Amino acid sequence: MTAVVSQGRSRSRFRIGKRALPYVLSLPALLVCIGILIPFLTAAWYSLHRYRLSQPWGYKFIWFDNYLAFFSDPKFWNTLRVSLVYAGTTVVLELLLGLAIALLLQKRTTLNNFISIMLLMPLMTAPALAALMWKLMTNPGFGILSYFAGLIGLEDFRWASSPSTALLTVVLVDIWVYTPFIMILLLAGLRSLPTQPFEAAALDGVPRTFVFFRITLPMLTPYILTATLFRLLDSIQQFDIIYAMTQGGPGDTLTVFQVEAYLNFFQSTNVGRSAALMIILWAITYFLSNIFIKNWLRLRERARGEA
Amino acid sequence: MEHTSVLERVLRGAALTLVVIFFMFPLFWIFLMSFQTNETILRIPPSLVFTPTLENYQALITGKLQTAAGSLDIAFMRNLWNSVFLSVTSVAVSLLLGVPAAYAFARHKFRGSEDIAFTLLSFRFAPPLLVLLPLTIYFQQLGLANTYFGLIWVYQLICLPLILWIVRGYFEDIPADIEYAYRIGGHSWFATFRKIALPLAGPGIAAAGLLAFIFAWNNFVFALVLASADKQPVTVGALAFVTASGIQYGQIAAAIVLSITPTLALALYAQRYLVEGLSLGAVKG
Repeated sequence: MTAVVSQGRSRSRFRIGKRALPYVLSLPALLVCIGILIPFLTAAWYSLHRYRLSQPWGYKFIWFDNYLAFFSDPKFWNTLRVSLVYAGTTVVLELLLGLAIALLLQKRTTLNNFISIMLLMPLMTAPALAALMWKLMTNPGFGILSYFAGLIGLEDFRWASSPSTALLTVVLVDIWVYTPFIMILLLAGLRSLPTQPFEAAALDGVPRTFVFFRITLPMLTPYILTATLFRLLDSIQQFDIIYAMTQGGPGDTLTVFQVEAYLNFFQSTNVGRSAALMIILWAITYFLSNIFIKNWLRLRERARGEA
Repeated sequence: MEHTSVLERVLRGAALTLVVIFFMFPLFWIFLMSFQTNETILRIPPSLVFTPTLENYQALITGKLQTAAGSLDIAFMRNLWNSVFLSVTSVAVSLLLGVPAAYAFARHKFRGSEDIAFTLLSFRFAPPLLVLLPLTIYFQQLGLANTYFGLIWVYQLICLPLILWIVRGYFEDIPADIEYAYRIGGHSWFATFRKIALPLAGPGIAAAGLLAFIFAWNNFVFALVLASADKQPVTVGALAFVTASGIQYGQIAAAIVLSITPTLALALYAQRYLVEGLSLGAVKG
């Protein structure tokens, strides 16, 4: 009898308390988080300093001077403008194109399913490698796209190496990689819509433009919002495609936030300015991600509810 | 839908054809290029007729590039191995850390649980360089610069949020009653987790792992900042290779094909789960 009791007690000593269990399970993941939070705080701290790796003796706390300097810095306004133009253009074009393709593939036929799977391939290509592929295709000497441009009368079309077309070229690569992302989310959304409203509308002979704008689009809105915000968050921080394609050039045509911060850090070794740029980008993405998470959660709840 | 006119069907067909051409042509063209010599690549006008050669792949695999100027060493296979090693290990670590946490978040509503889960999610959206630039300085001091350990740790930023949020959804889909019944039978929480929850969420965990692998493989900026040539994965290595080899276009194309084939193959294999993974569990395919 006593043996049984003592055995039970010795086992319970090693048992994790019921209330502590969830903490124990999530602790390792949490520790990894904390390891990441430290560099984040460091970046915020650096952004308040004059800090150049090449001039360590000049290290000095200067409050918000790095940020205040941005107001009169044309390079900063260029970075902000290019980032916003890039994000705006890619997201709008990808949304329109992605929605159009999703509508084309809406019916569940073997061919449509096959095409939708094929279209995932650009999305699964590493963006940096996708940029390299397009670089080979737009090479002025032998690139197939340069050849096509010549055929339609665009002699000497220089794609990413000319300041006037560099933005167009990287936007094109971004569209190639990420349109399938929006397409596949909207396709999943379209196919999960209830069929009754559409059957009723077809029975009543409602015009199809009316059905699209008054039934399909409103019902699809949560999916469109989530997909758009998702892309906007990624696109405003685009680095891979632009860096692999042009390294921000020619000149400063494509120095979006992350590229500019990278060049500031490694080329001009201006840590303070680089950190301040990243904090501003973080503030933008924090604002956007709060809106995103609200929409994303609503969608997630809906998906769980159906399951 | 039954009364679609002929004109509409023709237009739809034409639109779909254009879409397929736009998205497939670059892959197709680079694939062809990888089997050509520089002479056929540089032909004007470009042509689809050529005798395929394996010499580009041969040069990459043997690591010796024969040029007119002599023999050049290429470390591409090393990059490929780095990609495999970094991605596999990162995903394994992420699964070890993430699956128990996902289970805790799904089953136990504890104080701060949602805050922690959302903090992890927000890492997915923070600009990577914000963390990476100070990390380069820390890594120098800690001796983690250019180590696999340091890289795998940073790769958790990509893998962990993904795994946590997808697997959490799968645990939430398991009715809690099944687990209660098993526990009433006198089994510990760990036995319940191992015998009931893990097998039922198994397909979801596998899918999350595959997707995390794809995203880790495709990452570029982490290794660009934190790794030197001998630890770089293919994404960074291919870019360096372009600068080093200059005009060996056939080999560059072959290197791209070898670098993207694993993720494309995995994506086709796991395509049923892609929608869910890409939306971090918010949309089901």
